Amino acid sequence: MSNNKSDLKSKTSSIIRATDLPKPTRKTHKGLKISEEQLLELYKSMFLQRRFEERSMQMYQKGKFGGFLHLYIGQEAVSTGSAFALNDDDDFITAYRDHGMGLVKGITAKEGMAELFGKKDGCSRGKGGSMHFFDTEKHFWGGHGIVGAHLPLGAGLAFANKYNNNGRIAICFFGDGAVDQGSLNESFNLAQLWKLPIIYVVENNGYSMGTAVHRHSAGKLSDRAIPYGMKFDVVNGMDLFSVIDKIGEVAEFVREKQEPYFLEVVTYRYRGHSMSDPASYRTKEELEEYKKIDPIERLKTYILEKDIAKEKDLEAIDEEVEQTVLDAIEFADENDFPDEKEMYEDVYTDHDFPFHS
Amino acid sequence: MPQKQFREVIRDAIREEMERDENVFIMGEEVAEYNGAYKATQGLLDQFGDMRVLDTPISELGFAGLGVGAAMNGLRPIVEFMTFNFALVGVDQIVNNAAKIRYMSGGQVKIPIVFRGPNASGGQLGATHSTSFESFYAHFPGLITIHPSEPYDAKGLLKAAIRNDNPVIFLESEQMYGMKQEIPDEEYLLPIGEAKIKREGSDVTMVADGKMYHVAKQAADQLAKDGVEVELIDPRTIKPFDLETVIRSVRKTNRCVIVDESHPFGGLAAEIGFQLQREAFDYLDAPVLRVTTPDVPAPFSKKLLDAWLPGPKKVIDAVNAVTYRT
Repeated sequence: MSNNKSDLKSKTSSIIRATDLPKPTRKTHKGLKISEEQLLELYKSMFLQRRFEERSMQMYQKGKFGGFLHLYIGQEAVSTGSAFALNDDDDFITAYRDHGMGLVKGITAKEGMAELFGKKDGCSRGKGGSMHFFDTEKHFWGGHGIVGAHLPLGAGLAFANKYNNNGRIAICFFGDGAVDQGSLNESFNLAQLWKLPIIYVVENNGYSMGTAVHRHSAGKLSDRAIPYGMKFDVVNGMDLFSVIDKIGEVAEFVREKQEPYFLEVVTYRYRGHSMSDPASYRTKEELEEYKKIDPIERLKTYILEKDIAKEKDLEAIDEEVEQTVLDAIEFADENDFPDEKEMYEDVYTDHDFPFHS
Repeated sequence: MPQKQFREVIRDAIREEMERDENVFIMGEEVAEYNGAYKATQGLLDQFGDMRVLDTPISELGFAGLGVGAAMNGLRPIVEFMTFNFALVGVDQIVNNAAKIRYMSGGQVKIPIVFRGPNASGGQLGATHSTSFESFYAHFPGLITIHPSEPYDAKGLLKAAIRNDNPVIFLESEQMYGMKQEIPDEEYLLPIGEAKIKREGSDVTMVADGKMYHVAKQAADQLAKDGVEVELIDPRTIKPFDLETVIRSVRKTNRCVIVDESHPFGGLAAEIGFQLQREAFDYLDAPVLRVTTPDVPAPFSKKLLDAWLPGPKKVIDAVNAVTYRT
């Protein structure tokens, strides 16, 4: 090359602005068959995820726990809408930004916070931490820390459902960074080849850690489905109703046709990749634009405009959530650390052999 | 008792377990319509159908991971790798997912899965197709590693592996699939983690696994002609390792040679050597010696390959050294 400028950067795509998202659905809650009571529950669920994580961040900064902490703040419509649209016994699996997904699948704030603190009554008994929330009774299969490594696990969950003909489907979430992993090719190929009942969802929050999507992935993310002949679509992930509507429609297709579907959900994370990331790779204006279409604020406005609840009713919900989170912190703080012998439990170990030292 | 080949008993073990438990299924490259690259799965597709005997694409990461996910969700997969050399592209699924998810979930998930297929060298296949993985997999907590040397052991241990609730690495060999042994007609299982003394002797203990067992046996037969009686132990399971049987033997013979197809650094032989100095130091009359493949990749050229792979002569030299006969 004769000069220092490479041709490595794509000239065709750029950062996705908040104003460029797919149009939200025009359907109302009635059109989506959501009762007013359910609507308030959905609000509460989203607000719980938000406050849980804001408080987690404080606890992390206070030194209550260490390790990684990847926050989901901004993306709550995706978890909440998906859990609402699917059956309780459908199988969820996600990557390491998993707190919101765990909470919507039924992990309590106490169990979640205790896990962050590494305590014995955490949802993974203190052995998983932030990235590895699990509650398999509630069909939440983790919480996985290696980018893209859980995509074939999702295919396996779906395979078992098909094998047993039990009517359940699987849904596997991953970030836009995982789209570049070879595991996506192998999992998509197997899922389509064997007609597995799974929804693969890429939560495109714009950044693979600090690398903007147009700098890490060639072409459009959703187009990755094309070579496999897999059905796909793109949906607005900042709007709860859009997620509910689309996931509901896709779930029906996947359950009935017994074949996979790839959904790109365009969303945004407000915080950095993890706690050590000041997110200097993006502008303040970009973040502010997204905050203007915040999923929780949007639902709040809808509820008030439709006169489904009054401001004070929502404030009461907020206070209840706040108390739930504070109680969870107190619980996590007071909960014991796992007993040292727990180190040797929950894994095959050779008790007769001196490998322990 | 009928004589059966190694490949036949692998097939019998899989068939019997699939008949017993409908959650057991097998997948891998060429296992179904082709009847297995080494015919270890011949006839299974016809008997069980294509939902339980599945040809996979050449996609080790994908189908290894799919197997782990299916195991999490209640099935008992047997994943065949055409060879364990090819499993390297999917090893994250074995080492991170199969081995660790039960632990990271605080015990909520069990992962009863068997990864099986040929291991180690199979002739002049070049460096990437000749690696012996028993030490590698045994290194990781959460995995059971089995490395049988004979058909009888292979059948009983494979059946036990399929019924075990932990992920199991089951290592076979292309060069042993044709090997025959008398196999009982009636069903039997063998306990995982028990070594077997296959030749009794009082002069030196020899530990040898997989294909190397046969090399060690040849050496032992030769040494017997010179009046040296080798006690030959086949560990059969690499992890959990039956250290007790080895220590008991070394307390009798006071000498030990380990023959292992792994590379030397941090390998199985190194581990056994360490354990012996810790647990049987006062009984040793000579340093423990090992015969392994050297710390270089497998060469292609026959002359170099023969020098690379442990053979009876190297084993005899090691025995002569520990018995001070040189």
